[in-house]
Amino acid sequence: MKRKKFIQVISFLILRGCAYLILAVLLLFIYDIASKGGSVISWEFLTQAPRRGMTEGGIFPAIVGTFLVTMVTAVISIPVGIFAAIYLNEYARQTRLTRIIRLSIRNLSGVPSIVYGLFGVILFVNAMKFGTSLLSAGLTLGLLTLPWTITASEEALKTVPQSFREGALALGASKWQTIRTNVLPYSFSGIITGAVLGLARAAGETAPIMFTGAAFYLPSLPHSLKDQFMALPYHLYVMATQHHSIIKVRPLAYGTALVLLMLIFVINLGAYITRYRLRKIKME
Amino acid sequence: MEEKIKIEVRHLSFYYGSTPALKNITMKIAENKITAVIGPSGCGKSTFIRCLNRMNDVLPGTRVEGDILIDGQNIYSPQVDVIELRKRVGMVFQKPNPFPKSIFDNVAYGLRINGVKNKRIIEEIVEKSLRQAALWDEVKDRLKDNAFSLSGGQQQRLCIARALAVEPKVMLFDEPCSAIDPIATAKIESLIHQLKKNYTVIIVTHNMQQAARVSDYTAFLMLGELIEYDKTEKIFTNPSHRLTEDYITGRFG
Repeated sequence: MKRKKFIQVISFLILRGCAYLILAVLLLFIYDIASKGGSVISWEFLTQAPRRGMTEGGIFPAIVGTFLVTMVTAVISIPVGIFAAIYLNEYARQTRLTRIIRLSIRNLSGVPSIVYGLFGVILFVNAMKFGTSLLSAGLTLGLLTLPWTITASEEALKTVPQSFREGALALGASKWQTIRTNVLPYSFSGIITGAVLGLARAAGETAPIMFTGAAFYLPSLPHSLKDQFMALPYHLYVMATQHHSIIKVRPLAYGTALVLLMLIFVINLGAYITRYRLRKIKME
Repeated sequence: MEEKIKIEVRHLSFYYGSTPALKNITMKIAENKITAVIGPSGCGKSTFIRCLNRMNDVLPGTRVEGDILIDGQNIYSPQVDVIELRKRVGMVFQKPNPFPKSIFDNVAYGLRINGVKNKRIIEEIVEKSLRQAALWDEVKDRLKDNAFSLSGGQQQRLCIARALAVEPKVMLFDEPCSAIDPIATAKIESLIHQLKKNYTVIIVTHNMQQAARVSDYTAFLMLGELIEYDKTEKIFTNPSHRLTEDYITGRFG
């Protein structure tokens, strides 16, 4: 009996330890970056362009660039992802083809991001002649997030009870009317959350954009979709590994990392708040 | 039968994959009467009733054989518009399935998707339908409330009102009282009784007393076969088939 109880206590501790480990890693992570980069964060750092060979000044163009490229990504991945999920979950019958499509989606989500980067160079930069630009980088990130958006949307659609669909169909609604009025409104919060989390991931990617549109340094902000841009993750990469005086700019690199982290936290938080709000509306 | 025939089922068989759920069913259903379909669980009652508004179309891997004629028109012919059919043949499901919208919007749903925009007309029909479903007095002051705030029995009457609002000719009830309490059941039964003045009603039930109370005709199904179909009185007092007698006297089921 004693032995049994002992094993129980030990396994409980191990399980609890694993769960707490995640929290500990995250806190350590934030502490490390905040302590080394916190000192450079200032209004100037957030609103000025880099100066003197990127040893002084701020990261404003990188923030703008990341924002813009994420917008392009959203424009591609959200509609395409939602429509593909609607097709797969609502219209498509279970055939060999849809099984292959699902398998492809699962596999695509496991493809390393650098491979997406190379693919983007071949397809968007060269074949489609978009050049290294916001457009090419946004499209590449769009492809990268697509499997996540589709999967999240499909999961959200699956939570809508079948009785909502049957009830509408039995009243003479067409399939599309049923989806529009009785399926999408109740899966919307899940879809949007999934899509935004996908975008947060895209905003932090370096490899897919470094060949397709992100620039080392630019004297001005992008004016069109065909322009190159600076981006936070790539700027961080440059500051940490490519700069001529890495040691000197290390605090700036940490500052950039901190801003990028905060940005992603804010996006994620936004997604959770949206979901919470929409869920509350649904329940009322 | 001396009554006018509304629905004629001819040699209807239904398959889930290769498993037959209905086997060669032939029957005529009278207009403005209540026809009950009874039988043990898994006998194909629900499958049968769902054939009448083609709700089984949505199930993958199923197949229908035979014909169903409503007002002389074969509803499985390729020219038939399923949407039009479902407007003529309304359905109430086993579990109340109100939409997560307001009470008013639930009843107005069928009108709106059919393109009715005139607010006055919608309000009129919503009130009329809720009155027909004997729910108006209970909800008239809270039409804006979410339908989920209603009790189970009220939700089911709301679903009936929702179906009536589209002005169907035939009403299908798939075990409408299986998920609600006896008092609410009594209300719905008397409501169904009222409906036969204007509608042809078909009700699936596993409750034999219910079939005996509300229906004019009763069909007894077992393992996908139509064992006996006759006036309800005859079925419950003097069944001609041994299996029917065993079932209604509770020897199995």
